[in-house]
Amino acid sequence: MSAPLNHVLTEIEPSGIRKFFDIVAEMKDAISLGVGEPDFDTPWHIREEGIHSLEKGRTFYTSNSGLLELKTEIAAYLRRSFSVNYDPSSEVMVTVGGSEAIDLAMRAILNPGDEVLIPQPSYVSYVPCALMAGGRAVPIELEEKDSFRLSAEKLREKITERTKLLVLPFPNNPTGAIMEEEDLRALLPLIEEHDLFVLTDEIYSELSYRGRSRSIIEFPGMRERTVYINGFSKAYAMTGWRLGYACAPERILSQMLKLHQFALMCAPTCSQYAAVEALRNGDEDVARMRQAYDARRRFLVANLRRIGMDCFEPYGAFYVFPSIRRFHMTSEDFANRLLREEKVAIIPGNAFGACGEGYMRISYAYSIQDLKKALERIEGFVSRL
Amino acid sequence: MREKILLLIENNAKLTAEDIADILMEEPERVASELEAMEKEHIICGYHTLINWDKTEDERVDALIEVKVTPQRGMGFDSIAERIYQYEEVDALYLMSGGFDFTVMIKGKTMKEVANFVAMKLGPMESVLSTATHFVLKKYKDHSTILERIRKDERMKVSP
Repeated sequence: MSAPLNHVLTEIEPSGIRKFFDIVAEMKDAISLGVGEPDFDTPWHIREEGIHSLEKGRTFYTSNSGLLELKTEIAAYLRRSFSVNYDPSSEVMVTVGGSEAIDLAMRAILNPGDEVLIPQPSYVSYVPCALMAGGRAVPIELEEKDSFRLSAEKLREKITERTKLLVLPFPNNPTGAIMEEEDLRALLPLIEEHDLFVLTDEIYSELSYRGRSRSIIEFPGMRERTVYINGFSKAYAMTGWRLGYACAPERILSQMLKLHQFALMCAPTCSQYAAVEALRNGDEDVARMRQAYDARRRFLVANLRRIGMDCFEPYGAFYVFPSIRRFHMTSEDFANRLLREEKVAIIPGNAFGACGEGYMRISYAYSIQDLKKALERIEGFVSRL
Repeated sequence: MREKILLLIENNAKLTAEDIADILMEEPERVASELEAMEKEHIICGYHTLINWDKTEDERVDALIEVKVTPQRGMGFDSIAERIYQYEEVDALYLMSGGFDFTVMIKGKTMKEVANFVAMKLGPMESVLSTATHFVLKKYKDHSTILERIRKDERMKVSP
């Protein structure tokens, strides 16, 4: 059988992280600071609700868009976080992780040839999802001198007549950058002038260490053109439950819902019941975990600087993104040598877009004790360079 | 700053003054002097290790004793408590509300040793009305730590 497969898919390169994963997987005693998921267990009261739903025999499908009970809690969360209202029955949908919502939003919005502006470095899914939806991915290279924030100037440079959608990936994986009120405000005139759709991926919004995380949906005129994406993975340590959500005006959401309906039917029912409990009674858990991440963040930044790595201060997510430019080697060489010589796995920055070259992503979803051990090894490595 | 230090070391006494300083973005000298001051003021009363003795060859017995007392003239609960907690066997002592007055936690080598302590030392004390001794059969969780579980990081080593 040699008939060609889908050419869009076959032309997409496998993720750079995947390649590195294969190398790390072979090395049994490597210390990894390479994961993109919390080290905490899902809080017990949330797990118990999931278990309880199974015990009760709630093993049926839910409606395509999710349990109304959960959608109502999601709408309430957005109201209390941002004073923005969404109708739970027509403007909120529950997805299989935030990643599915990204895919759905791109497919619902893009027509062939439409351009999607993707600030980079950023999460690995945006570009492939844009391509799979028939769009053209246009990276916006963010820079350390701007604290990896998106400026109006950078945005303006990349807007063309074909620009349809702007992705806002903040708080950011891998840089840890956030967008504050004035940063977002500066983008508004351009978004309106060029009538852009916005996809805001706020999966790390609860892990923000400089006051509450701001969202584009808070600003006048933005809610109507925005798909707001969030989920339970990072805030409640629920990665394996695979549960995210999207909120958008009915015009967009109803199209996303078609895709979800035909491809997935609905998100896992027991995860949805657990998520209701998370939103109702999980605020303290989120605060406790945020505090722990914040302690590790400061510990890691201080120590990386001490051992001679240039490190801008991240205010969100659970990553630091130090520069390795002073060592005159590529990110991949640095990662491979560090792994071979000291058995520490960190992720080359270029896995998150070409402009991540010269940086490394280090996750602090690890205990201080683990971070200490890894830092000793990194120090040994860096001192030999 | 004191509260922040205490919250950090409450569950991890191995953090050094330098670690704490990094986390709090403070000078290590300032953290060290706060630690010293809190030790002097007995806010920090010790740095202990949480050991699961069940996993060792060592035979040990823990017991919880409910004690009812009659406070006597000129001798309130505190004075009675002082007479109890002086014994080396007493690991912890709490004044309680409810059906009895004191909880006495005892560490002994054998059940006989604990029984002897109750019969020979605690029971005969003038103010003690009655005791009820409960032996600990197994410890599951102590100081917010699940003792049995060895936490393994089962996450994939690299993920986006």
